[in-house]
Amino acid sequence: MENSLEMDNSLEMDSNAANRIINLTRELRWQIGEDFHENLAEGIYADASEIAGHAVRREREKKKLRFDQKIDRIVTSGTWGFPIMFLLLGVVLWLTITGANYPSAMLAELLLEKVHPVLKSLSAGIGMPWWLDGLLIDGIYLAVAWVIAVMLPPMAIFFPLFTLLEDFGYLPRVAFNLDELFRRSGAHGKQALTMSMGFGCNAAGVVATRIIDSPRERLIAIITNNFSLCNGRWPTQILIATIFIGALVPTAWSGLASLSAVIGIAVLGIAFMFLVSLGLSRTILKGEVSTFNLELPPYRPPRFWKTIYTSIIDRTLIVLWRAIVFAAPAGAVIWLISNIAIGDQSLAGWLIESMDGFGWLLGLNGVILLAYIVAIPANEIVIPTVLMLTVLVTGMGVGEGAGVMFELDSASDTASILKAGGWTLLTGVNLMLFSLLHNPCSTTIYTIYKETKSARWTFVASVLPLILGFILTFLVAQVWRILA
Amino acid sequence: MREMKTDKKNVQAGCEGCAHYNAEGLKKLGVNLNDSDYVIALAGNPNTGKSTVFNALTGLRQHTGNWPGKTVVRAEGAFSYDNKKYKLVDLPGTYSLLSTSQDEEVARNFILFGKPDVTVIVADASRLERNLNLVLQILEITDRAVLCLNLIDEAKRHKIEIDLRALSRDLGIPVVATSARYQEGIPELIQAIEGVASGQIKCSPRKINNVPEKIMKAVVQLSREIEKEFPEIPNSRWIALRLLEGDGRIVEALRNGELVGNGQLVGNGQ
Repeated sequence: MENSLEMDNSLEMDSNAANRIINLTRELRWQIGEDFHENLAEGIYADASEIAGHAVRREREKKKLRFDQKIDRIVTSGTWGFPIMFLLLGVVLWLTITGANYPSAMLAELLLEKVHPVLKSLSAGIGMPWWLDGLLIDGIYLAVAWVIAVMLPPMAIFFPLFTLLEDFGYLPRVAFNLDELFRRSGAHGKQALTMSMGFGCNAAGVVATRIIDSPRERLIAIITNNFSLCNGRWPTQILIATIFIGALVPTAWSGLASLSAVIGIAVLGIAFMFLVSLGLSRTILKGEVSTFNLELPPYRPPRFWKTIYTSIIDRTLIVLWRAIVFAAPAGAVIWLISNIAIGDQSLAGWLIESMDGFGWLLGLNGVILLAYIVAIPANEIVIPTVLMLTVLVTGMGVGEGAGVMFELDSASDTASILKAGGWTLLTGVNLMLFSLLHNPCSTTIYTIYKETKSARWTFVASVLPLILGFILTFLVAQVWRILA
Repeated sequence: MREMKTDKKNVQAGCEGCAHYNAEGLKKLGVNLNDSDYVIALAGNPNTGKSTVFNALTGLRQHTGNWPGKTVVRAEGAFSYDNKKYKLVDLPGTYSLLSTSQDEEVARNFILFGKPDVTVIVADASRLERNLNLVLQILEITDRAVLCLNLIDEAKRHKIEIDLRALSRDLGIPVVATSARYQEGIPELIQAIEGVASGQIKCSPRKINNVPEKIMKAVVQLSREIEKEFPEIPNSRWIALRLLEGDGRIVEALRNGELVGNGQLVGNGQ
């Protein structure tokens, strides 16, 4: 009792003291006038230049700096800035797509054709009940194996390449090039940087928006980050483009055709980012565009092997681990809904049937919609889920039973399954569009909530892209059907 | 300056043969932050390699990138040297501590309220003058600091020579040249940190002095008053500068007694 009284007293004394100081501050501020901040800043500059004058000696040679300026004059020029950007994006994607094919096939063969039968015979050997064997090996194991085979190679190529560009110092130049477009959209120029981070992972992109000071512009950057195609969606884009777009042209050109389609989707995403930013800044997030200084750092030769090492260990494996963590339970869910029968159909069958009508309107199908619901935790498992469910509803004899995700180590195998499932070019195109425009994965949604601390904005950020996806795929489907 | 005698050692790199050099004494502890003896803050302009220095000291692989603003989250790690444990806090890079943006506030509040034992200021050796702005502002807040002149390899390539002793004398704190990307100068940096943390090296930091008389008078008058009312406040001059600037956060801290407390609120680093 006495103690708390004493504390109250001392608090009161402190607050009196604080008030005295605050009053004195007011008085002094009145005396010294408006330009305190400028005077102080100038004083600091003067001190800095004095000290630097003592310590720094430079020979009159700035070759390196001039070299940097020369590069900058090209990569940030009005004429060459954008073509170089698309060229670099194209090269990175081309290396990823072509480079990933072979290791993906090898991994698929190892994990699905070699290891899976061994596991099956092991479980038969110890007399595991059929449902446990199915749930563990045909559900969980296959889902995980699929994700590793599909995701590891492209990520192990994409992330290091992206990191090399980042370490070299190219990203701020991208921001420089895009600044004008973002400004015209009523957004912050630094959003170009958070957008680039989003191409790796949207959750990371959302966290990166902290570099944007103004809360209004930061919200715009958070809400629109999902329009950056994340690495969980690249494999979907690449596979579907290879199957449906690449097949439209002669074999020699199919690589280029599918690459252009994927880049087209990525650019469409950027276009949506600008349009939605513009829409938001004209309506619910009105306000001034803030100015900022962007320092173009010197180009630095990346430390090649170190970059490769850290980007594989830190980025690739962490993202892969996350995908596995989500794929395992998803595999179990898929196996379960495929094997629990209600009436004369499995649960999955009922769900697909009920969504087929809505799916048709969008130029998609019930399988794709169900796959996107199952894949809310991670975009990476969309394609495996789609394939598994397609086999289930078409009753094809490829798999080893309901709920088994089997080996599909070549794009043509996948194509034959999808086509048997009634897929057309329209389905492929609209799946690519829907993969770009749908709700963020659960990790990103949670990150958005943590960053905005607002359920309302989290809701907007989650539902807005989904609605846009519905509208766009609907329109494309209608126009397509009228023209076809 | 007698107390700056350890500087000479910092100037010459590669003193592995020296008795003071103790490579075995360094243990990179990663994220093991338990019961540290000293708290070290890592501050500096954006894109000067703070995260690279952080990684070199802790053995962590906090991702680095060649663009300003890469670190937005306050990262923490630890290392131990000569049986003392150091907790290292990597602050977001800022050009100054005078404005109101969120990342600057995180850095400013941590140095002020977090009361680190040593603040390591990482500066880009080839852009020293511009980097000194922040250095001088930090030296207004704390007098326990080490200047880590990073990217010295780049400065050399640009034919920029820096007189470390003159710089150290002018600033009144130890100055160590490093090239953290190549692990150069890190042992010397650790020794300077240890020296300041343990009190072996006494800093007498340079205070901003090219300010009009009128303002200086106001600062002195206000800081005296603060010292009188709150003798526990170690950096009344900085508080005075901030108050005259009209920093609401400081006014609030003054009102709720946080400035004299144990520095609970160190800015939300999330």
